[in-house]
Amino acid sequence: MSAMNVVVCVKQIPEGDQATYKLDPGTHTLVRDGKLILDDSDSYGVEMGLQLAEQAGGGEVTLVSMAPNSETSGLRTALAMGAAKAILVSDPALAGTDALGTAKVLAAAIKRAEPDLILTATESSDGYTGTLPVQVAELLGLPAVTFAKKVTVSEGKVSVERQTEEGYDEVEVPLPAVISVTAGVVEPRYPSFKGIMAAKGKPVDEVTVADLGLDAGAVGFAGAGQEITAVTPAEARKAGEIVVDDGEGYQQIVAYLERIKVI
Amino acid sequence: MALNTIWVVADRSGDKVATVAFELLTKARQIAGTVEAITWGDASAIAAPVGAHGATALHTVGDLGGGLPGPAVAAAIAAKISAGGAPDAIFIAQSYNGRDIAGRLSARIDRPVLTNIVDIGEGDGGLVSEHAIFGGTEILNARFTSGGPGIYVIRAKSFAAEESGGGPAAVDIWEVPDLGAVGAARVLASHVEETSGPKLDEAAIVVSGGRGLGEAAGYKLIEDLAKLLKGAPGASRAIVDAGWVPYSHQVGQTGKTVKPTVYIACGISGATQHMVGMKSAKNIIAINKDQEAPIFSIADLGVVGDVKKVLPQLIEALQSRS
Ligand SMILES: Cc1cc2nc3c(=O)[nH]c(=O)nc-3n(C[C@H](O)[C@H](O)[C@H](O)COP(=O)(O)OP(=O)(O)OC[C@H]3O[C@@H](n4cnc5c(N)ncnc54)[C@H](O)[C@@H]3O)c2cc1C
Ligand SMILES: Nc1ncnc2c1ncn2[C@@H]1O[C@H](COP(=O)(O)O)[C@@H](O)[C@H]1O
Repeated sequence: MSAMNVVVCVKQIPEGDQATYKLDPGTHTLVRDGKLILDDSDSYGVEMGLQLAEQAGGGEVTLVSMAPNSETSGLRTALAMGAAKAILVSDPALAGTDALGTAKVLAAAIKRAEPDLILTATESSDGYTGTLPVQVAELLGLPAVTFAKKVTVSEGKVSVERQTEEGYDEVEVPLPAVISVTAGVVEPRYPSFKGIMAAKGKPVDEVTVADLGLDAGAVGFAGAGQEITAVTPAEARKAGEIVVDDGEGYQQIVAYLERIKVI
Repeated sequence: MALNTIWVVADRSGDKVATVAFELLTKARQIAGTVEAITWGDASAIAAPVGAHGATALHTVGDLGGGLPGPAVAAAIAAKISAGGAPDAIFIAQSYNGRDIAGRLSARIDRPVLTNIVDIGEGDGGLVSEHAIFGGTEILNARFTSGGPGIYVIRAKSFAAEESGGGPAAVDIWEVPDLGAVGAARVLASHVEETSGPKLDEAAIVVSGGRGLGEAAGYKLIEDLAKLLKGAPGASRAIVDAGWVPYSHQVGQTGKTVKPTVYIACGISGATQHMVGMKSAKNIIAINKDQEAPIFSIADLGVVGDVKKVLPQLIEALQSRS
């Protein structure tokens, strides 16, 4: 079998989750000034990439990430899992970049690695537009299969089980291609101590918007082509009655269902 | 009406139209004078329901020849736009195929997308979209700042579908330009994994289970209770990813949006991504052994207890009534 070089797009996101995230009151964008970590959703793509390169008996995983402030903490986690190297796009001009702008940046960075396969998550944990993988594919002129819950590669072809509303489709696609993988496609490994130490010495190639040959006007707030006009608290749904089960808790449910005439 | 024309991508569900398409058509005709639908596959059989929800025309890219809808539909729309026939806005469902179409189209016509929309209407200087963020605790409004048709990706169940009384939509074929490599994926087989009984996103009663069920076999309690109540069984993503139940059962941000009369959450913590898919239920009942579980903050009735004790008792009590 021939070597398989895989690019995995990994997003570095603020710690916490949607319950703890904050928006900047001025720009209405997500506050990203603290330490960033590897989006857990991307650990599945990293693991998938590592397994496919191992199965091919050659090739390596290159990470591609766009993040502010030369952030590498999340990249180090993925390098510790076993990725060989990373391309990091970091540039003050990128603040406020929307999904299409991000796709342009990632597509340009991915081209440098000349991969056989590009993996992403189905959606990021903080932005969750879910359109980025196909935008990247279109910009690179490649086919894509999104929502992959099973991925196998043989003889230059990828076989994918793709989630649908009713079940799943068996889809086949020739390489090179973009595949977005769900959480659960594989079980991500934990970085070993050896892996963590090795990651410190692995190359991270940091590039700017100009290095990628992109027009600064196509990215950042200026290139976004959309704006947030307001953020307001939603009408809160009030909590109702809470009862502690003492062996009769089920009767409360029966009574409730009777009251709303469901039974 | 401020807008002249809106195109609505009509998602398919097998040979039929997906319900979400009727919801988007209904909203589109409240905003624009002319509404046209775009679909794939055979369109003649769906021209009547699509027309009845307000579309005067139904364009189809025709048989996909085993390809995925994303590249073909996006390329056909982009070709019409570059030929000078751009609408004011394009509505697409936030479904698996909808996201593919929106992403491809966005890159092809170099226009941004707004995603995860839960409402849309006319505001200052055009359409303003509404997005529920942070688990639905905050509402964010957004709009496009540059010209060209806006691509709006809208979540299911954001609007009620209502018929307009219109006759069948006029069907025609939209040519798909040569796709080259981007169209290379082929669907070899489709598998349906839905259970019998009402559909999850249409059922009046939904009983969902999460990691608190302890093991895959625990899901039997969810199925039994759902059946007794003539409802549909649902799930959190945690147990779908663990392989306990098929993906088609998933409720939430990446799964289905449900709006039943009653939603019963069993052993589900209430992560923000789960809540956005079910918080519009009329009544919410939660069973969780942790009094601090976030799901209790939106439950009308919360039972702090062990699902493995409460559910069998509840099932038995309901059985003895029928
Ligand atoms: C981008 C993204 C998209 C996502 N999309 C979705 C989505 O669409 N839908 C979704 O559901 N999730 C989604 N998630 C995942 C979500 O964040 C949570 O991880 C998931 O919902 C948790 O599932 P759970 O409640 O079953 O498990 P847990 O969070 O582990 O909760 C289990 C609960 O069971 C309780 N419990 C344990 N034992 C018992 C017992 N014996 N009796 C009663 N209670 C018990 C515990 O107290 C706990 O509250 C998404 C995440 C990301 C990052
Ligand atoms: N800034 C980024 N850097 C690297 N990968 C990204 C970035 N943003 C998004 N992605 C990838 O694209 C997927 C979908 O992102 P999104 O469109 O934000 O939901 C993510 O899960 C990542 O795999």
